[in-house]
Amino acid sequence: MNAVETPAGETPSLEVSRLAYAYPDGTQALYGVDLRIGRGERVALLGPNGAGKTTLVMHLNGILTAGHGTVSVAGLPVRPGTLKEIRRRVGLVFQDPDDQLFMPTVREDVAFGPANLGMRGDELARRVEDALARVGMLEAIDRPPHHLSFGQRRRVAVATVLAMEPEILVLDEPSSNLDPASRRELAEILRSLEVTVLMVTHDLPYAMELCERSLILSGGVIAADGPTRELLADPALLAEHRLELPYGFAVPAPGVPGV
Amino acid sequence: MGAGHHHHIYRPGDTVVHRLPPQCKLPAVLGFAVVVVATPREMFAAFAGYALILAGVAAAARVPPWFVLRRMAVELPFVVFALALPVIGLGERVSFAGMSLSLEGLWAAWNILVKATLGVVASILLAATTEPRMLLLGAQRLRVPPLLVQIAMFMLRYMDVILDEMRRMRIARESRGFTARDVRHIPVIARSAGALFIRSYERGERVHLAMLSRGYGGSMPMISDLSASWRQWMLAGLLPVLALLVLGVL
Repeated sequence: MNAVETPAGETPSLEVSRLAYAYPDGTQALYGVDLRIGRGERVALLGPNGAGKTTLVMHLNGILTAGHGTVSVAGLPVRPGTLKEIRRRVGLVFQDPDDQLFMPTVREDVAFGPANLGMRGDELARRVEDALARVGMLEAIDRPPHHLSFGQRRRVAVATVLAMEPEILVLDEPSSNLDPASRRELAEILRSLEVTVLMVTHDLPYAMELCERSLILSGGVIAADGPTRELLADPALLAEHRLELPYGFAVPAPGVPGV
Repeated sequence: MGAGHHHHIYRPGDTVVHRLPPQCKLPAVLGFAVVVVATPREMFAAFAGYALILAGVAAAARVPPWFVLRRMAVELPFVVFALALPVIGLGERVSFAGMSLSLEGLWAAWNILVKATLGVVASILLAATTEPRMLLLGAQRLRVPPLLVQIAMFMLRYMDVILDEMRRMRIARESRGFTARDVRHIPVIARSAGALFIRSYERGERVHLAMLSRGYGGSMPMISDLSASWRQWMLAGLLPVLALLVLGVL
């Protein structure tokens, strides 16, 4: 494995270099994306609708294959021969939990991933219970997903990928459609997980709350990369990429607890 | 959200019949149906015997008669067809209550009605004592082609989601002053149905992506341990064997 080393001498959780992609109809979505996420980091990928966020996410676990450039996860490059391992390492949480939860019960759904990895019996049961406990949904283990509330379904969706013990958790718009309480609960869960997180969103306060560092994807390239606080405190930069803070929201001063 | 949890044919319980593994119950019901269908239509006593056997199963499973009767509505189309047969049938005719009925038609109607009813009641008892997903797991266990089982499983999971989507589309139509009153409104409904199809198709694609993302390789992993002891097989086997005995003795 020809992994690129970070200055610290550690393999990054995710490394994307010069990634370009055009859809089959010729629409160019990504024009050379470079990014690198170290192990244990929580990073927000910000960008307006149509910036190519979802396209980028689809490359991270090999659902789309790069037209040009490379993606590697913990040193393992994404290519046809490595897809199985890549999909174990990258846990993708989709925007609509109804897309993600397709089995008749929560237990079977969370077990789906690890069972595909060949796990069976007690080991599988333990893995499932552990993942559900981490998102506080253990009591729903035998319920059908469509009887849960939206916030609960999203938490179970996180558990389905946690059960695969991923190297990096990739969340597509994690806060969408959540009421404020579910939103806070999910934030607490995400903060408690000891796993690398890439959060794709245009919910800037949520990025601020959870991620030290942010990237702005705009026009198919990474337009900015830096501490979330600094990016969000730059109205000109945000305006340039069609991003806006909600009305009445001010970036808290450094050192405010809870951030 | 979650439109309707009220269409349950499954009746939760913890009886002998409920506890039998699905892969035993499925062939038992199938075998019973085969025996019923193979019975010559003149053997009235045998049909009475089958009915008694089913009544016994219902009693053991604590399924009340009204529950079975209400769900027998699925049989209605067959009943209508069967009732038409004596009127339109050919051959020797008898007169009854002022109507001239075909003897051959009467026999055919009786044949259809009694066999369909016994088959439907047996299936209702199966469905009332087995969770839908367990039925599918049983089918998978019995080596039904996995693709068919998966299709049925997704139908089970997404039925509510799609019905909910349909309801939202209806509300959206009605909020803008549309109510379906006569044939001229059919095109609108048809377009909604088309939109619903596209939406469901797109959802199917997204679900497939989600499955791929979690390492799906073409077959569902067997997760539940559905083992059946030989005693359970014997117990389930009682249903077709008793029916066969009735047929043999009478």
